[in-house]
Amino acid sequence: MSTQGRTAVRRTEIELAEESFLTDDFLRQLINVGEADILVGLPTHNNAKTVGSIVHTIQSGILRGFPRERAVIINVDGGSRDGTPELVTGVSIDDSRPASNLNALRTLHSISTKYASSPESGVAFRTILAAAELLRAKACVVMSPLSTNVEPEWLSKLLHPIFDDDFDLVTPTYRRHKFEGLLITNLLYPMTRALYGLRIREAYSPEFGFSGRLGCQFLEQYVWNDGANGAGVELRLTLAAITGRYRVCQSFLGEKIHIERHAADLVPALRQTVGTLFSALGPDFAVWSMVAGSQSPPTTGADHEVVLEPVRVNRKRLREMFSTGVAELESVFRSILSPDTLAELQGIARLGEEEFHYPAELWVRTVYEFAASYQRSVISRDHIIQALAPLFRGRVVTFLKENRNAFADEVENNIESLCLEFERLKPYLLQLWKSRE
Amino acid sequence: MREMIISELSQALHEIARGFAHFLPRLIVMLALALAGWVIAYVAKMVLRSILRLVQFDKLSENAGASQLLTKAALPSATEMLSRFVFWVAWLGFILLGVSVLGILGLQEQVAKFFLFLPRLFVAMFIMFFGLLAASFFSRAALLAAVNANVPSPRVLSLAVRSIILVFVLSIVFEELGLAEQTMLVAFGIAFGALMLGLAIAFGMGGRDLARRFLEKKIVGGKKEEEEDELSPL
Repeated sequence: MSTQGRTAVRRTEIELAEESFLTDDFLRQLINVGEADILVGLPTHNNAKTVGSIVHTIQSGILRGFPRERAVIINVDGGSRDGTPELVTGVSIDDSRPASNLNALRTLHSISTKYASSPESGVAFRTILAAAELLRAKACVVMSPLSTNVEPEWLSKLLHPIFDDDFDLVTPTYRRHKFEGLLITNLLYPMTRALYGLRIREAYSPEFGFSGRLGCQFLEQYVWNDGANGAGVELRLTLAAITGRYRVCQSFLGEKIHIERHAADLVPALRQTVGTLFSALGPDFAVWSMVAGSQSPPTTGADHEVVLEPVRVNRKRLREMFSTGVAELESVFRSILSPDTLAELQGIARLGEEEFHYPAELWVRTVYEFAASYQRSVISRDHIIQALAPLFRGRVVTFLKENRNAFADEVENNIESLCLEFERLKPYLLQLWKSRE
Repeated sequence: MREMIISELSQALHEIARGFAHFLPRLIVMLALALAGWVIAYVAKMVLRSILRLVQFDKLSENAGASQLLTKAALPSATEMLSRFVFWVAWLGFILLGVSVLGILGLQEQVAKFFLFLPRLFVAMFIMFFGLLAASFFSRAALLAAVNANVPSPRVLSLAVRSIILVFVLSIVFEELGLAEQTMLVAFGIAFGALMLGLAIAFGMGGRDLARRFLEKKIVGGKKEEEEDELSPL
């Protein structure tokens, strides 16, 4: 059989699998749409408060930026009980026209489907990808129903690089408070950058754009039934784009304001981000082990902006949680960390509030040792991720102290020096990895 | 008289000789069985040891907390222990099979009992191992959850979870082995009851402040103040 023949057979197999995975009603709706140039995915779960205004914004964005394109909004709902899907399909495009003073030259479809009775981000994203493939969408964008300040321009910013410049993945950059997103600035961004060699600020984001070809490739290659319910699948898409040598760029969107996010979400956030990153290191070893240094991807607008308003943070409580964690979890840390690292952490845990300092070098070593232990599965992988939470709090205390009175440039310099530390100590991770073998 | 004594003696000697002639082949068979059993048991030990090393049984045992127990008791690794155990059980089985060939009355019944007991022993060991594994996993899960939720005395909570699971597992193991079933039932009842009462008192005494804070937050509305301290990790 020729290569083309095999590809056609493979494509038919995938389409059959998608058809059995998608509901009949959803498939009927997709058939009614036919083909689309732009697909906007909107995963929801009990978002009645915000979803109406977000759909309005999306419609305005399409009318302003893509009036000639065939567009469809796909709402994938995880069993909302507050009428979220009805709100999505009930929003009329006529409400968006006066604001934009423009008319779409094509029909704008809004489709809603319920993929499960409880939210699962992986299934939601898979549904969006499957719909994009069936509709042969050229460009797709995923929007978050939790963002309260979405602007119509966000769509253009995430889609134009794909349409005009042939990029495959557009990740956002935001204007953030200097103490927001600390897991990203202290771990995810520096580690992704050091290992994969690309300085992507928001590798894990609820808003992003991607090309149809990247979506199809990811849909085909990603292991969807990995038992993790697809947590952190957005990050896996970013990593897949880097390792697959797709064209990646960043686009500045504006201020990021999310509702219902606070510190109590730390462990789930660690699972979605750090857990996903650690689990990708095994399969991606051949790629990241060969990378040295890092490069900035093409970026439209600023690659970051910092807000400096004063916020009240209880550093004492964070430090106490770190010290308690180090003392109480000693038996767990013995399985994960090297004796030297553990001894240094125990030394820090005994320090008072004024002299408390968790150095960047020790933080990087800690993270790398966690990554190697995760790979070796020295204990349950989920327990390894949970055990990182108290140590992260300790690092946060130091970051808060270092940047308490810092201006935007100083904050950026501190983040940059942490990134360089991650890059400098990369051989240590490789050494840990090889000692496993 | 003399002839009679000589005749009796020669008859006794004949009987001894006949008995010995009757016993000697059985003894040889027994020794052959013991020797073959040693070889088979040794091979089984080596094969099992290789398989256990291949599946990283020591790591599993470490996760279960069994390795720590063995180290404290100055015993070899879990792989070595299990391999040796299989060797001795297999060899003993062959020796007892040989003993039953000797035809000694009374011993045969004991040998049959031993062979009937073996499957129960293996099941008990299986339950014990996975019980230790479950106790270790759930106690660590409780410890991590308690530390991350900032619950006071997380290690006590973890120890309580481990103790409950171990008491439960031990009672099943003893029941499986059929050892002092009545005593174990009563002991389990007392131990479990005491543990639950102890926990109830401990949580009641220790949780007063927690319950008060919880109610204050719910009724008076102290939550807002705490949320002001929180930062979004993402």
